[in-house]
Amino acid sequence: MAEGQKTIEIEVLRYHPENDTEPHAQVFEIPFTDDMSVLQGVQYIKDHLDGSLSFRWSCRMAICGSCGMMINGVPSLSCQTFLRDYYPARVRVEALAHFPIERDLVVNMEGFIEKLESIQPYIIPREARTLSEGEYLQTPEQLGAYEQFSSCINCLLCYAACPQFGLNSRFVGPAALALLHRYNADSRDGGKAERMELVNSEDGVFNCTAVGYCSEVCPKHVDPANAVNQNKTNSAIDYFLRFLAPKGGAR
Amino acid sequence: MKPTLKRSNAPIFWALFGAGGMLSALIGPMLVFITGLAVPLGLLLPADTMSYAHVLAFARNWAGKAFILAVIALFLWHAAHRIFHSLHDVGVHAGTGAKLVCYGLALVGTVIAAWALLAVGF
Repeated sequence: MAEGQKTIEIEVLRYHPENDTEPHAQVFEIPFTDDMSVLQGVQYIKDHLDGSLSFRWSCRMAICGSCGMMINGVPSLSCQTFLRDYYPARVRVEALAHFPIERDLVVNMEGFIEKLESIQPYIIPREARTLSEGEYLQTPEQLGAYEQFSSCINCLLCYAACPQFGLNSRFVGPAALALLHRYNADSRDGGKAERMELVNSEDGVFNCTAVGYCSEVCPKHVDPANAVNQNKTNSAIDYFLRFLAPKGGAR
Repeated sequence: MKPTLKRSNAPIFWALFGAGGMLSALIGPMLVFITGLAVPLGLLLPADTMSYAHVLAFARNWAGKAFILAVIALFLWHAAHRIFHSLHDVGVHAGTGAKLVCYGLALVGTVIAAWALLAVGF
């Protein structure tokens, strides 16, 4: 390190399952410049101080959703969180809350991936069309009904923010429910009845207590809390009116 | 392949919670003002606004009965739901037990209110 170089301390939660019985903190001192993101900070540690530090990252521009971490206890994308906002104080970096730690800052995403599959995150066509019949047309209003909820990058910050997911990991959770709503609210989609089974289930929307922290930490302004609470209404309507519906509604 | 999903019965309690929340937000503060401040302190309203005869007549009218029942029952269900979920948040995951106590109290309160409203006659 050059003489007179400003430095900042980063406290990292370490966990190597082959050696450690439980996670523990380790402090690194790194050179500081005011254009450095927290991600660049941990990259410096890996490149110069301890090559065994593990973390996920890819795009460095809040698009890929890989580099989510708890930064001073707040679920954040480390690529768009800057060290200058903490300097000269020490910054604490930990794996995302509410997920099992695989290694250092890497969490096990398996549970989330299963949930993502369970919501059938693709358009199930309302009516089959042949190529010669052309594309499915949509009005700006129809696009507006779901567009916001299609911006999710699966970064899991909302799960780390959700106290109810923390208490019950079976809860489908904010991102998956927002994406579920994205497809249910799409005028081209006909899969709503199937997806509502999940919304209505004991793992569904009623686990949410409208805390709203998920929407606050979302780096893409998806507002999952809005999607979840719209579906509480949808689910309640479905619950009370299912006997009146022509096909008896969802099971 | 897909595990069978159990439908949650939460909509019943959520609907009662929502109705109670809406009602308490709309008329709760005014009820507190009328029954707790204005009448006891003799502000704005006639001194006998809540005299026994007036209140009895109110409770004997079918619309009065409906209003009293809605206020008592829905406020109770709202409170029960909130307490049940707050217990979960602070780490009491008693499940069925907590559910029975919270919603059971609301149910008991509702039944007592309904019985009393019928007992005062028409």
